[in-house]
Amino acid sequence: MIGEKEYAALVKQASPKTNEAKTLFAAFCVGGVICMIGQAFSDVYAEFVPLDEKSISALVGMTMIFLGALLTGLGVYDKIGYYAGAGSIVPITGFANSIVSPAMEFHSEGIIFGMMARMFGVAGPIIVSGVCSSVAVGVIYYIAGAVA
Amino acid sequence: MKLGRQTYAPEKCVYISHVADIAGSDEACGNLRGYIDQVLDCGEWGCDSHEKAETRMREEAIRSLLEKAELSECDVDLMLGGDLVNQIVPSAFSARSFDIPFSGLYCACATFGQAIAHASMAIDEGIGSAICCTSSHFATAERQYRFPLELGTQPTPTSQRTVTGAGAVLLTGKAPLWRCPEVTAYTFGRVIDLGCTDANNMGAAMAPAAFDTISAHLRETGRKADYYDLIVTGDLGRLGRELLAQLMKREGVNESKNLNDCGCMIFAPGQKCGLGGSGAGCSSLVYCAYLHKLLVAGQIDRLLLVPTGALLSKDSSLQGESIPGIAYAVAIECR
Repeated sequence: MIGEKEYAALVKQASPKTNEAKTLFAAFCVGGVICMIGQAFSDVYAEFVPLDEKSISALVGMTMIFLGALLTGLGVYDKIGYYAGAGSIVPITGFANSIVSPAMEFHSEGIIFGMMARMFGVAGPIIVSGVCSSVAVGVIYYIAGAVA
Repeated sequence: MKLGRQTYAPEKCVYISHVADIAGSDEACGNLRGYIDQVLDCGEWGCDSHEKAETRMREEAIRSLLEKAELSECDVDLMLGGDLVNQIVPSAFSARSFDIPFSGLYCACATFGQAIAHASMAIDEGIGSAICCTSSHFATAERQYRFPLELGTQPTPTSQRTVTGAGAVLLTGKAPLWRCPEVTAYTFGRVIDLGCTDANNMGAAMAPAAFDTISAHLRETGRKADYYDLIVTGDLGRLGRELLAQLMKREGVNESKNLNDCGCMIFAPGQKCGLGGSGAGCSSLVYCAYLHKLLVAGQIDRLLLVPTGALLSKDSSLQGESIPGIAYAVAIECR
């Protein structure tokens, strides 16, 4: 029988490769469109909502999260993700998708031990690394400020 | 009768007298359009969960098999089966609806071959008839091995799609009156691991096991690959089939021109199903819906069915383990 290394080389040579030109282009376009929609909401809110800039950006975030969650619930977001890849995972709508999709999936195990317990199964690592890195950045910022 | 280290030939005749199958709508729109007995209208099929839908799918397939064979539950001595869900819940739960002794099996997607091999052995030992049924469901397998259904992920170029479907066969020692396929030999697989770790490339992980079992089968039965009209593996997909062909060529096993794969046969090219179908229901569905009919109709006389399985779990992959593969070979012939 063929050796492990030799077989790995055979698999590598025979495996179809990702068409990166295509996937990068799709991710760029869809990610760009999502950001444009966010920017459009930002401009519209700035025009019509009497709030300061910080509150407007929070409002835009909330709107995009709502849209991501809604499209996930309607069964559309996974179809966008099929083509867009990281283009629809990286924006905040993708974050909403990563929380709503397990909540829907594990609803059959009940509200508490199914939906509530497992809704952060995908987003959990993002939240943990986000919190940890923000603490690290905060400490560096504090020390840098004290030194200066 | 033991033919070799892994291969046995039943001394009594073991007939596959009846088959029944059921599949999801995507599978029914593929290459097997028109061959499938019963089609699900949607993934949940009127049930609260996909697991319940898979259980119901199995119940329907077994019930339809009993109806076709005009048998009551007490006429069947044994039911063997498995699926891909944790603790083979759909198999066990579907078995509670029938008054038939049950033996649950697991060898991932190779379970169909395992079930036929065990049932043939049991019939050789004197039981009258046995049902073998394996199933898989796209949604239950996604949850078991991958991500929530609605998560917007992109499949990798080597991924395959789990087949939603179930196939059930009735094995009996009693000769039917019509042209009926017989199990003439079966080869138990060894677990082969060549160190593949990509859980999205099952074809590559299973191809060496398929090669190992096929070459053991041919060696121990003294047959050549072209003895069979068709050698059909379970769910290697297009990449796995290619790798198997390359392995056979390399190791000097004369390559059969009729090498094919259930995973490659099930979906049509435009269906966006990656490199083909996979799952414990893939080989059982393709056998019951298509290959069995070819045998009965006389279009082929000798089939070597080689269901293949990747013996991984989501946790074993996360723990960095490689993926062991297994394959069972079952020679099914019309004499």
